[in-house]
Amino acid sequence: MKARMNAGAALLAVTAAASISGAQTLDRSKPPTLGPPPKVSLPPIVTRQLPNGLKLMIVEQHELPLADFVLVVGSGGTMDPASKGGVANLTSSMLTEGTTSRSALEIADQIAYLGIGLGAGSNWDAATVNLHTPTSQLDSALALFADVVLHPAFRAEDFERVRKNRLTTLVQLKDRPTAIADQAYAAILYGTSHPYGHNLLGTEASITGMTTADLQSFYGANFVPNNATLIVVGDVTPAQVEQKISALLGGWKRGNVTPATIADAPKAGATTVYLIDKPGAAQSSFRIGSIGVPRSTKDYFALNVMNTILGGTFTSRLMQNLRETHGYTYGARSRFDMRRSAGPFTASAEVVAAKTDSALIEFMKELNAIKDTVPAVELNKAKRFLQLSMPSDFETTQQIANQLIPVVLYGLPLDYYNSYVANVESITQADVQRVARQYINPASLAIVIVGDRKNIEQGLKAVNAGPIMIRDFFGQPITP
Amino acid sequence: MRRGLLVALGYLIAAANVAGAQAVPKIKFEKYTLPNGLEVILHEDHSTPIVTVNTWYKVGSGDEKAGRTGFAHLFEHIMFMGSQNVPVGAFDKELEAAGADNNGSTSEDRTNYYENLPSNALALALWLDADRMGFLIPTMDKAKLDLQREVVKNERRERVDNVPYGRGDEMILAALYPKGHPYSWSVIGSMEDLGAASLDDVKNFFRTYYAPNNATITIAGDFNPAEAKRLVALYFGPIPRGPALPARPNVAPVVLAKDTFMVLEDRVQLPRAFYDWPTVKLFDKDDAALDVLASVLASGKNSRLYKRLVFDMQVAQQVFASQQSSKLAGRFEIDITPKPGQSLAAIDKVVQEELQKVMNEPISDRELERVRNSFRSSFLNRLSGVLGKSEILNSYNYMAGNPDYVQQDAARYEAVTKADVQRVAKQYLGKHKVVLTVVPEGKREMMLTATANGGDR
Repeated sequence: MKARMNAGAALLAVTAAASISGAQTLDRSKPPTLGPPPKVSLPPIVTRQLPNGLKLMIVEQHELPLADFVLVVGSGGTMDPASKGGVANLTSSMLTEGTTSRSALEIADQIAYLGIGLGAGSNWDAATVNLHTPTSQLDSALALFADVVLHPAFRAEDFERVRKNRLTTLVQLKDRPTAIADQAYAAILYGTSHPYGHNLLGTEASITGMTTADLQSFYGANFVPNNATLIVVGDVTPAQVEQKISALLGGWKRGNVTPATIADAPKAGATTVYLIDKPGAAQSSFRIGSIGVPRSTKDYFALNVMNTILGGTFTSRLMQNLRETHGYTYGARSRFDMRRSAGPFTASAEVVAAKTDSALIEFMKELNAIKDTVPAVELNKAKRFLQLSMPSDFETTQQIANQLIPVVLYGLPLDYYNSYVANVESITQADVQRVARQYINPASLAIVIVGDRKNIEQGLKAVNAGPIMIRDFFGQPITP
Repeated sequence: MRRGLLVALGYLIAAANVAGAQAVPKIKFEKYTLPNGLEVILHEDHSTPIVTVNTWYKVGSGDEKAGRTGFAHLFEHIMFMGSQNVPVGAFDKELEAAGADNNGSTSEDRTNYYENLPSNALALALWLDADRMGFLIPTMDKAKLDLQREVVKNERRERVDNVPYGRGDEMILAALYPKGHPYSWSVIGSMEDLGAASLDDVKNFFRTYYAPNNATITIAGDFNPAEAKRLVALYFGPIPRGPALPARPNVAPVVLAKDTFMVLEDRVQLPRAFYDWPTVKLFDKDDAALDVLASVLASGKNSRLYKRLVFDMQVAQQVFASQQSSKLAGRFEIDITPKPGQSLAAIDKVVQEELQKVMNEPISDRELERVRNSFRSSFLNRLSGVLGKSEILNSYNYMAGNPDYVQQDAARYEAVTKADVQRVAKQYLGKHKVVLTVVPEGKREMMLTATANGGDR
């Protein structure tokens, strides 16, 4: 009662103030009318090329005295030889583990002393070396960056240390149902002879058999300037960057790179449930899907809009159904992982064990329902989200640098992000329906579930989504 | 959730003293208070056409009652379920259609809600946040509570129960803090308590803590300050001030009477040892020195425990150390995972040696320099985005009593001396501790004990 009276008094006060400053009425029942969204023009990208073939992609951003450098080398885990799974990843790992003139400890000491970030990694399509530095340390930081790029030593004792660490990581992977699910799903979808079927980290056997010669050979064949682009974003100028990088990386020698040849992916069979036993698991890890599309697909924007509706955001259908309607999970989502070749389409969630069967029913419902015409209001929400949320991906130097990686890797035009809004706008209900029908086939899905078999198998049988096969942590049939 | 927060803090805690290093810039802001007690902080940054609205309520799991652990966080979930003028589901739909990213999180001390959105949509965020601050209860019902109860139970399974070593932290908290201490239970809470939360609890909690006089709203980014003030007054001005807030728990510094050794069997391949000591709260005079100590012990390849156990001896897979300080208390934690086949007891001997060393001798100039520099650049990195800056302003406002604190905060690390690091090592890590060994099922013999630990002190 008292609260209500106070509210009235406060309201009067505001009304009085409003009448002084001009007409202001408050109708809480409707959302406020918003002005037009801000015009977004992304900062210009300046490109340069050194005589040795190294390309530079530079964006000036002077808000803070910081700069980000990402060297993108166009060779990743897809290039791992069949019996050498993990070689691309370990090659990147070893870059910061010692150069011909610096030990691993000296590199780590420099990174901390300069207050910079320096690391290397790799994914399916690329190796990257990343530097984040205050511009006050630019010269020292770049000297260190160039040293790890040009002169990694691959010393045996450092490799043994890193190898032991990797083997232990692979042992620990068995503790995490989510990691088991990811690993098994890839192997089941692509088979073991396709590069996408293997774990980028390698296996116990491949890591045990690997030598520094393998890493040297991967490095020598792929870390050449004509296979690389250096992205630079921050409080620098193109002239300054070109001068410094020419001095540091101008002597890097060209080489001939053999592009990866990727075998055709196996044809998908009828929908099958692959059950992987993890006794005692409180939740069941779901990975459902099929082989999707390469990044070069002409359906990129239609798929992006369709997936946003299906499982790309909080208000997407999978999240609303499995979490906000049924409470089966903390989160459900879907994604097209687009690479040079066709990567997987995956719908996923961690589901309470007791609702494993019910969750599968709801997943299948949504994967079927997306083939019907999507209501205009839902389509527009997804399009607005994709268009209007884009600027927040370009706020920091690090974010901008990361947004340029696909431009480098997949040969997107330099004005790609400036035409992004129009490309999303062009997508219609018919486009969404067409790509949903073309790329999501509920009759031909791999349904991988990692969970406590004794509690969930009966229920899954009753759902009857497909035959149930029991697999191991690597997605392989269990041999007694 | 606190897990996310700790990660964020750990990130900051990376740096210190290179010649010519850039000073940490001030964050310019304006702060004022509405007649109903709502604090407002405005920070303009027009570099990107986006704006963040970040509301902190000064309530967290530390304010929960016995038998209702996890309630502050469960309540956070319910705040997204609509209010008098916002039907169920509309909150997120409106925001997504405007291009927003939004979320909330709960810690021991506070609960936050943010929207990060294109600058034209500021009014939308304020309308939505005002509606749930002023008008949550009229459309609150048991269905909303029951649904989010299930979601949160699944969040607990995903973050705690189905994660290797995930259940260890709750055992440590219960052993480290005395019964009834606000930090003696986890933010996510127990399954049993989550199950017991009632609709009356929701209503009472809202009436007690979710009032403008217990909240701070920070707006950071690309906006016109006069227009922002007008909108804040329009939407939040009429919301009545709530009753006086219950006093925050006042707790004495924690002193352990003895060492405690515990074991937890888990579905893991390798054991892991956790060592925890009670230390000091955030911004205490020894807090920064303890942060530096943690880095000296386990940040980077040259840190003492990492270098000996992981780099040289190669008997451990990983080692972490952190000073985790919150509003009321803090703890220092070291955790170590051995490599397969390596003895945790042997590793423990090395840990004890290294701890003795850091208590008995000053660290080197280079060690101090390295850590300071890393901290220094981490301060600069925190200022890159408007969401991050809104969080920093709210955090300093609540934790330090002044949003204008980034330079003072940074100065704490500049002031730490070698003698400080040695002194805090002795003063805090030389006292009684809690040691938890998480072991693979059926391998209780791997547990660290007082004997392995060099005798009870």
